[in-house]
Amino acid sequence: MKELIKTLVETYGPAGHEGAVRALISGMAQPKVSGGLGSVRVDNMGNLIVHRRGAGGGKRVMIAAHMDEIGLMVTHVDKNGFLRFGIVGGVMPLTVVGARVLFANGAMGVIGWEKWLQESSLPKWEELFLDVGATSPEDAPVGVGDMGAFVRPFAELGARLVAKSMDDRIGCAVALQTLLELEGSPHDLYFVFTVQEEVGTRGAAVSAFGVEPEIGVAVDVTTVGDTPEARPMNVSLGKGPAIKVMDSGMLAHPGVKDWMIRTAEEAQIPYQLEVLERGGTDARAMQTSREGVPAGCLSVPCRYVHTPSEMVDYGDVLNAVKLLKAMLAGPIAV
Amino acid sequence: MTEGRGIVLLKELSEARGVSGNEQVVRELIASAVREHVDDTRTDALGNLICRKRADDAAGPEPLRVMVAAHMDEIGLMVTGVNSDGTLRFGKVGGIDDRILLSKRVLVGEKAIPGVIGSRPIHLIPRNERERTVEADKLAIDIGAADKASAEKLASPGDYVSFDTSYAVLSEEGLRSVKGKAFDDRAGCAILVELLRERYPAELWAAFTTQEEVGLRGATVAAHSINPDVALVLEGTICDDLPKKKDESPVTEVGKGPAITFMDRSFIADARLVRLLVKTAEQLGIPYQFKRAAAGGTDAGAIHLARQGVPSATVAVPARYIHAPVSLLSLRDLDHTAALVSGALRALPAWWAGPENA
Repeated sequence: MKELIKTLVETYGPAGHEGAVRALISGMAQPKVSGGLGSVRVDNMGNLIVHRRGAGGGKRVMIAAHMDEIGLMVTHVDKNGFLRFGIVGGVMPLTVVGARVLFANGAMGVIGWEKWLQESSLPKWEELFLDVGATSPEDAPVGVGDMGAFVRPFAELGARLVAKSMDDRIGCAVALQTLLELEGSPHDLYFVFTVQEEVGTRGAAVSAFGVEPEIGVAVDVTTVGDTPEARPMNVSLGKGPAIKVMDSGMLAHPGVKDWMIRTAEEAQIPYQLEVLERGGTDARAMQTSREGVPAGCLSVPCRYVHTPSEMVDYGDVLNAVKLLKAMLAGPIAV
Repeated sequence: MTEGRGIVLLKELSEARGVSGNEQVVRELIASAVREHVDDTRTDALGNLICRKRADDAAGPEPLRVMVAAHMDEIGLMVTGVNSDGTLRFGKVGGIDDRILLSKRVLVGEKAIPGVIGSRPIHLIPRNERERTVEADKLAIDIGAADKASAEKLASPGDYVSFDTSYAVLSEEGLRSVKGKAFDDRAGCAILVELLRERYPAELWAAFTTQEEVGLRGATVAAHSINPDVALVLEGTICDDLPKKKDESPVTEVGKGPAITFMDRSFIADARLVRLLVKTAEQLGIPYQFKRAAAGGTDAGAIHLARQGVPSATVAVPARYIHAPVSLLSLRDLDHTAALVSGALRALPAWWAGPENA
């Protein structure tokens, strides 16, 4: 599964520009649902909806993982060819000085700060700029409206995996691997690889309206409390996938949460309970779709979320797949 | 847009009072202006004015349903209480910077009672206080009432307050610039009224929406009921084009044509529609610019999330000093925006079905 993760995290896909990630996932999912087993479609907003028909007697379940990542958009090219930008999603100024950014056309940029080595305070957005190696607007390889994503190679650090867009390519990997490995299921499964989560769970909102699920499960990352002097949080890397109880956008449906816990215990899969003080996932958008949908979230614990080096534990990833497979294989009572 | 007509309508629209939730005067003005040009008109539960115009004969039996939206509401104030001295307390409706409130003329309630938000004379303000912003909750509207009882005869809590600003032409030539209030988004309303005079190869659903300034509320329900295939939003947008020390984005520039959005805080524009707008502008020789900031939000933020998602784009007239009692725009930009959107509506159905968008 590491190869799949490496490919997914190294693909370009800031919010609204998920095409390359979508093509990749679509190609891998297609064989599992062809020949009358289901279907693949892309909706108005670009969500990839992979439907795998159930054996019968089950529920309509939506599993959502978002394809998009945080990034930036060029807003101005100055007379010397430097670029100004606006941010796409929750990018933090602390992490960007010196960072490299890749554009859809392959152009690369480096983020500079007007006050580098002059000030020790945090940079303000209006003091940051992109250097794409140009000396005038004419030779700038990108222009206003072009979106960049951070780049950083995938790396293995012992049992940990590090990359720039674990949030939420790791969720995509877990959902896709589950689809690939899952043998039988009574349920009509809709694996939805969503767009524009980082700018407000927008893709999940419209795809949930279209799918009309009876149960919604998001697969996303959660922050942890296991690093030096961390703000206390009862989630650590390596102790299993986290079952969300709540975050600032959603209270998980108790029935969905209990179904996840029950399944983990029966299958003897390690798990942790997650209470996330700040953050939200596609589960929020599914929960409030139409007349309301019982929803929950399976989280992969992740350190350094929204930096170019997001870290997960490979064992947690494998256990997340195991748990999601077990959840979908049997009857669901919520 | 014919010169005379655009000016007349924009003047009336700009001077009409329609703070969020209280758009009826604007709605009536627009309804009477479009009546003879549309096939159906209705007003929904939130006050949106929704007009349908059938497609022309060139369209097939199931024409593309295109929603074009412009919001009728403007930012303003609301009376929250009457003080013992006969002045009025107020709250803000929509995004208002406290610094713009001092020393302004306003009109209160349905009867448009004139009032002023006063400012203490400079003689009485210590130097260090002059450098501080006076917060809105420290201000009051003075309607000249002698006491609380006489003020209560003229105004009561819940009354809407709009800025008292007259429309005027600032330059007849060149930019043909005008000043007035509420160009965000009466400029869009004026253009949409004008667009309804023609018929297109698509079914046009014109939505004059309410309560945009307090959270895109009218557009949310209008888009749900219209259930369009595609949407365009017409706006008056941020323009910061006066000379600056730093080489940074002006967001948009007056006189450089309609501004097309890639992304703002509320949505990411559909790339196919952005390409159509650019292509149309280039084919018709209409100047255009991109909105060069990720700031602000429009009804597109709500519309693109309706039901299963609606591909959307925003086209805007640059307007300096928006979200304040007076703003400034170029009628040339207004005309160019109308021409661009008209051209895009003509090309849209074929473009949408074309191979580039498969």
